Amino acid sequence: MEAWHFTEMPYPNLPPIDSLSTMRVSLSNKHFDPKIGADLYNRYLDEYMIADDVGLNLLCNEHHQTATCIDVAAPLTAAILARQTSKGRICILGNPIANRGDPLRIAEEMAMIDCISRGRLDVGFVRGVPYEIFAANTNPTTTVERLWEGIDLVVKAWAPTDEPFNFEGRFTQRRAINLWPRPYQTPHPGIWITGSSDLENIKRAAGRGFVFATFLQPHEKVKWMFDGYRSAYRDTGLPGGGGTAYMPLVYTADTEAEAEKGAQELTWYLNAKAEPQYRNPPGYVPVEFNVNALKGTFTGRTDAMRKKSMEFLKEEGVMVYGTPDSVAKQIKRLYDLVGGFDHLLMMQQAGWLDHKRTASSMKLFAKEVYPQIRDLARTKPLETRAAAE
Amino acid sequence: MSTNERKKTSVKLGGVTLEVERRGSGRPLLLLLGEEHLELDAPFVDELAKSFEVIIPSAPGFGHSERPDWITGPDDIAYMYLDLIDTLSLKDVTVVGFSLGGWIAAELATKNNGAISKLVLVDAYGVKIGGPTDRDIMDIWTSNPTKVAAAKWADPAKGERDFTKMSDDELTIVARNIESFARFCWEPYMHNPKLKQRLHLIKVPTLLIWGEKDGIVETRYGEAYGKLIPGSRFAVVPGAGHYPHLEAPQAFMTTLRGFIG
Repeated sequence: MEAWHFTEMPYPNLPPIDSLSTMRVSLSNKHFDPKIGADLYNRYLDEYMIADDVGLNLLCNEHHQTATCIDVAAPLTAAILARQTSKGRICILGNPIANRGDPLRIAEEMAMIDCISRGRLDVGFVRGVPYEIFAANTNPTTTVERLWEGIDLVVKAWAPTDEPFNFEGRFTQRRAINLWPRPYQTPHPGIWITGSSDLENIKRAAGRGFVFATFLQPHEKVKWMFDGYRSAYRDTGLPGGGGTAYMPLVYTADTEAEAEKGAQELTWYLNAKAEPQYRNPPGYVPVEFNVNALKGTFTGRTDAMRKKSMEFLKEEGVMVYGTPDSVAKQIKRLYDLVGGFDHLLMMQQAGWLDHKRTASSMKLFAKEVYPQIRDLARTKPLETRAAAE
Repeated sequence: MSTNERKKTSVKLGGVTLEVERRGSGRPLLLLLGEEHLELDAPFVDELAKSFEVIIPSAPGFGHSERPDWITGPDDIAYMYLDLIDTLSLKDVTVVGFSLGGWIAAELATKNNGAISKLVLVDAYGVKIGGPTDRDIMDIWTSNPTKVAAAKWADPAKGERDFTKMSDDELTIVARNIESFARFCWEPYMHNPKLKQRLHLIKVPTLLIWGEKDGIVETRYGEAYGKLIPGSRFAVVPGAGHYPHLEAPQAFMTTLRGFIG
């Protein structure tokens, strides 16, 4: 199993959260102090370098117009890490290809970062959470189609060509495509994709050998998604690569009491709130979901979990915290409950969790937990026939 | 409830099946629904059906109508409705459009006036009047739902709908309408940049009816819209918001009847 360090690069220095109607999309940018921002950016990058030093891989992402994440350009973070680190793999999870609207620019940036890092890059693609629709002004009813058309174009553009080609798709029209540079890895960097309830999306990812990642979900639902992924391996064959990734909030400390305090800080992320109009843009989820939303039986993931206790979230595998042995035990339990997975994506920093405690948790994990879980077996197809062939 | 029979039909136009309701008898009146389809159960439609045959299509993606990917906005829907007029062999059609339906009606009348006798736009969207940072049309998708309701209705209580009492089929239509409205009107927001330059092509008598208290598209927007249509008249319905035909149906009908007979 591969372990990854992750922070969303939050900007926690806000007025009391209870006094705000939102932390996303419409929170006035007068609350952003560039001097504090400068300190935070440099601190979070320092923490990625510590993660690299202690043997963890590095995961970054981007969001827009939100205090929950001031990384607004994951390729910039990845480019800095490509140059300043030397060991860990670097994964962007991911490029919001539907929202950026220029797949070829993404293909170029990824190829360049892959070269600078000498092949340490994994390239994730995400549809983007509902809030992102507004900052990007993407039509919320077409993001799935834009995502897949964009991925197809990136993969095609990464391949060596004898001569430039034109692309006339539903969302992108470009001429004389001839990517310089090409990626360092052959045929191209590993591709990751995120998802939750859309089983077709999961199967599509499996069919193409993409790593499928999901975040902060109860273990039963994670198993359901990973089973969907593994069964698609069986149904569609195994094109190579692939795997499954799961992200809980993780905090490791010398004592249970310290761990609980650190984990408590991480729940800041779960309390991030947004005004109602930003939570479910029209047509972002399928009609069937919205029928349930109208009935009041469909609510967002974060909304549902916000009200739960840490003990409950630990039980569900959404939070993992404790002494090193306890953390290792929890991860093994989660591994068994979901039918195994390949990548542990650890949100080890959120909210007010300071540098000292973040670094301490990371180092302890790398030294005492990682060796206990590293050799857990990789994802296999539910039926091994396809892999054997 | 309707005393007129509601004839539900489906019409295939260029491979796309639209549901089309036909109610009453008399001269043809093409009624283009607002994005919420609230007109379907409103008494004023039955009133109209006493002297007109009211023809009510559901736009692609609305009601039970199909929505192929190539349809991306009201411009495309207007072409489909010209096809509908032709397919049903309608002549001297009175076209009345509400809200989004008003926008589609304006698009339609710029393309071909041949079969249209009169045009009525009620609190319609479709044009951009001011500059890039002027809010011509309230952004309903970044505004708190409570504020949207207050802008839409003079009395927001009239706009409340109890979704828990609706069947799954009715809720599916509500969800489809919400989705398709965004599909077609997200960007450019609620307008076609070309429409403003085409409105002079409307050669038929045109009336714009506006709710005095419409906060989504205010009366000053409606007046500016009307000035782009040669010879058009502009009328205000007092005490009503974005849906004057639902909030003040009598005053609305008096104004409408005065124009269409």
